[in-house]
Amino acid sequence: MTESPYLPTPQFARWRKAKSSAVTGILVACALAVIAPLFLVIYFLLEKGFSSLDWNFFTQLPKPTGEVGGGMANAIVGSVVLLAMATVFGVPFGIFGGIYLAEYGSDRANNWIRFAADVLNGVPSIVWGMVVYLLLVVPFKGFSAYAGGVALGLMMVPLVMRTTEEVLILVPQSYREAALALGVARWKMIVVIVVRTALKGIATGVIIALARIAGETAPLLFTALGNTFWSHNLKEPISALPLQIFAYGLSPYDDWHRQAWAGALVLMALIIVLNVTVRVLSRDRSKTD
Amino acid sequence: MPTLPEAPAGQKAPESMKASPAQARTVEAGLPAEAEEVAFDIKNFSLWYGQRQALQDVTIRIPAKKVTAIIGPSGCGKSTFLRALNRMHELTPGTRLEGSLRHFGEDLYGPGVEAVAIRRRVGMVFQKSNPFPTMSIAENVLVGLRLNGVRDKRVLQSRLEESLHMAALWDEVKDVLNRPGTSLSGGQQQRLCIARSLAVQPETLLMDEPCSALDPLATAKIEELIQTLRERYTVVIVTHNMQQAARCSDRTAFFYLGRLIEFGNTRNIFTSPSNPQTEAYVSGRFG
Repeated sequence: MTESPYLPTPQFARWRKAKSSAVTGILVACALAVIAPLFLVIYFLLEKGFSSLDWNFFTQLPKPTGEVGGGMANAIVGSVVLLAMATVFGVPFGIFGGIYLAEYGSDRANNWIRFAADVLNGVPSIVWGMVVYLLLVVPFKGFSAYAGGVALGLMMVPLVMRTTEEVLILVPQSYREAALALGVARWKMIVVIVVRTALKGIATGVIIALARIAGETAPLLFTALGNTFWSHNLKEPISALPLQIFAYGLSPYDDWHRQAWAGALVLMALIIVLNVTVRVLSRDRSKTD
Repeated sequence: MPTLPEAPAGQKAPESMKASPAQARTVEAGLPAEAEEVAFDIKNFSLWYGQRQALQDVTIRIPAKKVTAIIGPSGCGKSTFLRALNRMHELTPGTRLEGSLRHFGEDLYGPGVEAVAIRRRVGMVFQKSNPFPTMSIAENVLVGLRLNGVRDKRVLQSRLEESLHMAALWDEVKDVLNRPGTSLSGGQQQRLCIARSLAVQPETLLMDEPCSALDPLATAKIEELIQTLRERYTVVIVTHNMQQAARCSDRTAFFYLGRLIEFGNTRNIFTSPSNPQTEAYVSGRFG
């Protein structure tokens, strides 16, 4: 049997294999470099913060300066309250805006709205804080939970709007036609057929927006301000995890530093939970389609 | 494009065709002498998508409680024509139309006439079955009624059974009414869509190639169903399948390049068409 002309020489084959594994190695290293920071963050938070997580951390108010112990109960509740208010203020605008873009707007109007939303997405969060400071804090003469909720809600609007638009456009035209052919009014068709079909996608968008704003500190500095006690009134300043972390991190006390790490760990856990929820929701969606 | 006998494409033919006495006579001869109720009375109907004219000067009287098939090669305007019958074409921006289109005497395009009201009386079944994925079988059937404000449980229940019976689906789904509509087979889904259209009690049912995505057995079921529908409804069906048109329609209209070429009794259209283009198409020489 003669040597096949298609077989490479052994040296050539070895060289090719070496090149192949070198490039594969570089790609794997890059991929690791992408996910490594996440594990670093989790590692540091666990190492520095986990030991300070105890029952008191979740149930007690901060202790006065100089005293050891206490917790961030008010900040945790405050964050939940602020996120809830942001959802109430921001999500309706986002969803209705998204419906307008997907179902009603002319190409021309849509172009402008999308452009505006994209610019808003890029507005630095501290600018939102300053704007709301001028709009709500100065006229009502005081920092308040409302102002914080509005600042965070405003940040949610463009995010929710764009994801809502995207998932509504994915609803097949044939469902719209089928509903209209039954003599159903257009707005009913949109609410009952289109929005309902895309509901999981919209919920996913809302949660992504929540995860995005949950850790925001800057918009709250000029609005919610922070509070070392329970807030009993939404017209008063309210504490939030990022604010408390910020305040404690800048302090000179070791105990507060430990608590800041614990707070960061809780915040990170919340954001991971939100992201996992998004994953679960989107997996269900692809199953039913 | 194969060569056609007397291809009308470039020659502004409608005048000459209208004027052709031979054709006019045959069309008349194809229809029974006694007066019959007319579902759609359409005169000089033209429709444009932007600059492109999709329908040219269509004049046709579609009889009530009969099955009328619309045949013709792709792009001949038959789907556009069907969608104009319940104003579904208005979903496409930039359409414009001329001429008159009456449904049981009422002008479909008259001032103040709402498309929503028309579509309750003129239902539509689409090429691809499209049950709503978020709804059960029962909810799919009843969605049109519910969204139009029917709340009475007894009415809903009786309409549910009646519609599914009419669509020849009841026996297959009566025990699984709460399953998702999308869990059914393709043919069952299409019958579910027919039941959904029937539930709002239209007078006329438009079908846009309802069987083109189905296997022969499912197709046979739908054709059988169309036969029973004719007792209560006017059915207009667009089909690519000439055997289907021959099997299940009373009248056939042949469209070509946006014009109605010939309209008459299905048997005449398929056995002794008066227009050479119709003959070429039904005998499979083009299309």
